Amino acid sequence: MKITVTVNGERHRLDVEPRRTLVDALRDDLGLTGTHVGCEHGVCGACTVLVDGEPVRACLMLAVQADGASVATVEGLAGDDGTLHPLQEAFSRCHGLQCGACTPGMLMTAVHLLDTDPDPGRETIRAEMSGNICRCTGYTGIVDAVAEAARRRVTSETS
Amino acid sequence: MKCPPFDYHRATSVADAVDALQAAGDEGKILAGGQSLVPVLALRLARPAVLVDVNRIPGLAGLERRDGVLHAGALVRHLALADQRQHPLAAEAARWIGHTAIRSRGTLAGSLAHADPAAELPAVLRACDGAVQVAGPSGTRRLRADELFVGALQSALADTEMITGVELPVPDAWGFAEFARRHGDFAVVSVAAARFGERVRIVVGGVAGVPHLVDAGDLATVDGDVSDDRVTLLAAAAADDVDPASDLHGSAGYRRALTEQMTLRALADLAGHLRPVREPA
Repeated sequence: MKITVTVNGERHRLDVEPRRTLVDALRDDLGLTGTHVGCEHGVCGACTVLVDGEPVRACLMLAVQADGASVATVEGLAGDDGTLHPLQEAFSRCHGLQCGACTPGMLMTAVHLLDTDPDPGRETIRAEMSGNICRCTGYTGIVDAVAEAARRRVTSETS
Repeated sequence: MKCPPFDYHRATSVADAVDALQAAGDEGKILAGGQSLVPVLALRLARPAVLVDVNRIPGLAGLERRDGVLHAGALVRHLALADQRQHPLAAEAARWIGHTAIRSRGTLAGSLAHADPAAELPAVLRACDGAVQVAGPSGTRRLRADELFVGALQSALADTEMITGVELPVPDAWGFAEFARRHGDFAVVSVAAARFGERVRIVVGGVAGVPHLVDAGDLATVDGDVSDDRVTLLAAAAADDVDPASDLHGSAGYRRALTEQMTLRALADLAGHLRPVREPA
């Protein structure tokens, strides 16, 4: 089935089988392997991307359902010159990652969180990030990173 | 962990969806939010020949309160249900569903049609004595919550029928409580409590094949405020009235104890005063 999908601002035409999930289309058809596949049944959060601005499990959405939609993935976070997104910087500084399997999903979830709540407390961060599983960090570094990115953004906007 | 092959039909209207389901015989399945169906496909627990995608049918995402009833379209997402203020019990229950990335896609009618006895919205529909509007090959019909839920993951809907709208009467007072092992998991036990006039309806999720409406007899009739004593008696009555099974997630006795605690919390919320104890004893 032919679909058109915009990923990180770039329009793509794809011909996909109906059963192809959005995450497989991103990775295998578009070569955007930044979005990771974990459990493939909606539990781990590794494949989280934004579809029309809202976080979505890309393993639970069919690519054909994204026809006409705008998708944001981790590849779109850093600048064209390689400058890291403030959340990516914060994850690096706060040891918010180790093996990196969960990181793309964590980042996209955090991007949406800070878009909707620029100044979340640690409890809110923990609750909102709880749908993304990490087996390395123990989460503290991740919560630190999101909190620090929020703090820096609020500070830079008010200074 | 890849879905088995299927044909895909993007429905343009309710009639078109029903036609497609009818053409598929008993091999069709409605795809709404996909948050339960796609895992089932990925795990190959079902192999429908045709998925009928209803997400782009116009006019099914409305929310309107009329004459004390919230009328919600089938495609209202959990995030939208959590954000609305016209039916606070439904809003509170929706916040307990999964995570934001689940609530952004999952739909009200999808949750009801899936009929998971541990899910939040089926319990709310029954607590509010709500109903669903259903479209099928022979026209439309209305099913009350008591009629809709038949057993675990089983509803009274035919393979060729689709829920188009949901009626949720707005209670005069309400409470909701849930216990799950991890944030966002399905409830081990959840309780939705709704007061309409002098009647208090208590529905327990996770203890039977369908959301269980507690039979508390005369105790459920309340004149004036719901007293602390009445809350305690009703919670004990709820624990007596359920007959849970034991499974990996908890023994029957544990579920019974949780039923009493969650009913205490839900009724304390309903009565408008929070009890100091927030953890199960």
